[in-house]
Amino acid sequence: MARAVTTQRKTINTVAAWVIGLLIFFPILWTILTSFKTEAQAISDPPIFLFFDWTLENYSVVQERSDYMRFLWNSVILAGGSTLLGIIIAVPAAWSMAFVPSRRTKDILLWMLSTKMLPAVGVLYPIYLLFIQFGLLDTQLGLTLVLMLINLPIIVWMLYTYFKEIPGEILEASRMDGAGLREEILYVLTPMALPGIASTVLLNFILAWNEAFWTLNLTAAQAAPLTAFIASYSSPEGLFFAKLSAASTMAIAPILILGWFSQKQLVRGLTFGAVK
Amino acid sequence: MATQHSRSAARLMLAPAVILLLGWMLVPLTMTLFFSFKKYLPMRGDSMANGLDWVGFANYTRFVTSSSFWPSVQTTLVIVGGVLIITVVFGVLLAILLDQPMWGQGMVRIFVIAPFFVMPTVSALVWKNMFMDPVNGLLAHLWKFFGAAPVEWLSQASMPSLIMIVSWQWLPFATLILLTAIQSLDSEQLEAAEMDGAPALKRFWFIILPHLSRAITIVILIQTIFLLAIFAEIFVTTGGAFGTKTLSYLIFQRVLESQNVGLGSAGGVYAIILANIVALFLMRIVGKNLDA
Repeated sequence: MARAVTTQRKTINTVAAWVIGLLIFFPILWTILTSFKTEAQAISDPPIFLFFDWTLENYSVVQERSDYMRFLWNSVILAGGSTLLGIIIAVPAAWSMAFVPSRRTKDILLWMLSTKMLPAVGVLYPIYLLFIQFGLLDTQLGLTLVLMLINLPIIVWMLYTYFKEIPGEILEASRMDGAGLREEILYVLTPMALPGIASTVLLNFILAWNEAFWTLNLTAAQAAPLTAFIASYSSPEGLFFAKLSAASTMAIAPILILGWFSQKQLVRGLTFGAVK
Repeated sequence: MATQHSRSAARLMLAPAVILLLGWMLVPLTMTLFFSFKKYLPMRGDSMANGLDWVGFANYTRFVTSSSFWPSVQTTLVIVGGVLIITVVFGVLLAILLDQPMWGQGMVRIFVIAPFFVMPTVSALVWKNMFMDPVNGLLAHLWKFFGAAPVEWLSQASMPSLIMIVSWQWLPFATLILLTAIQSLDSEQLEAAEMDGAPALKRFWFIILPHLSRAITIVILIQTIFLLAIFAEIFVTTGGAFGTKTLSYLIFQRVLESQNVGLGSAGGVYAIILANIVALFLMRIVGKNLDA
């Protein structure tokens, strides 16, 4: 640390940052707190912050009444399935662009990115029709495919930027030692690329989990994930604050925890390597 | 150097991703384009099997001459512009603050980044009911505490409320990216300026801001693309009522609610063109970075 900082200034920074940080975090904190209140306490005037009778009742009510587990399971399947499928398709693609680049590699990368910019609403009806045609409406398979496709450009890009950082000489050396393409990928590349692949998986799992256009429009009862579960709370159930909070907390908790691990990767993944 | 063999293998490995994305892009796009020139009202018996009537550019002109078109463009611009201004201004300030030495930096960072991970339907619903409800919402309590009459946020002040909700979701994104950019700033440059007696404001204006300009541009472009498409926030809070109907929401209503596919598709083509204009700028910046 080159810059000497007075304790006074550090204190001011700390106080300011904590106040603002807590203010931004407050809606989430309030939701979590409210989920442990009774309905009466949840709407009490004036509001109660901490000194209420903590109860887990809302969680069990939400579970019983709305079949929460089915929605959760769908979210896991959709987010997990689409990420896994995306990785399987993207790893070879990113590998080939990073290590055997051609004149068109840059154009292909940019073109892939451009497909991500296509406004979903512009192609909603065609996708809807195709889904009906192929019997994919309200199925896990159909949504897994769509979520995989909308995130594929990000997956390819993230993997590409990670693979780019692996020195090509190592691959040359392994080739000299007689490693074939398969061995090269399995034993040389994969171990080195694993951290990058892990962060890609993490970020895309989060993005797929929170996706709320296709999941709302292409599902009904069978394949609806948590995004749709919460949307169904719109009203009048939404006015039961404690239950709404319990449902919300359950929907966001897994991702909040995963998200905190992926802060750094988030920047790389969402700016396509343009900010490092 | 890559051999001929590894070149063809590489092409083969690239193929699945390219073919899938090409299909994902071209098939629906062609269909949208096709529908946009047709009269297509599924509720009135129009279907692909019976053949659709060609109507030329009628849908295109009807879409832009409908009374909801210009208001929806205005709404879109206000939401995108409002959220961009709030997130970029506060994002820069917050990034600078978080870059300062302090206790518990990691914890504050976690607090600030958290809203980004909340699924859009949850944040919309939590804000709508627990904060903006005119009877039991926390803001109503706050207003009453100060002796003011509670506001019916989502009907009386629908746009500011919506902008507030969406900004809350996107501020973490802007902050995180700007913070990453700020951390790459050479601190010696700042120290030198400080020793030469440059006041804080000047240091900000002449050193920090220019350094951040690229990151700010990227934040603006990426957010614009996502903000043009916001859906769940409107769907859950106002359902497009009270002047919150954006261009994409209008298209959604035309296609799914009033089931006028031809008209909605023409709107979709407009939206695609609009998004592509923004995307073009973003691609330029990203493309430049690829060469480096």
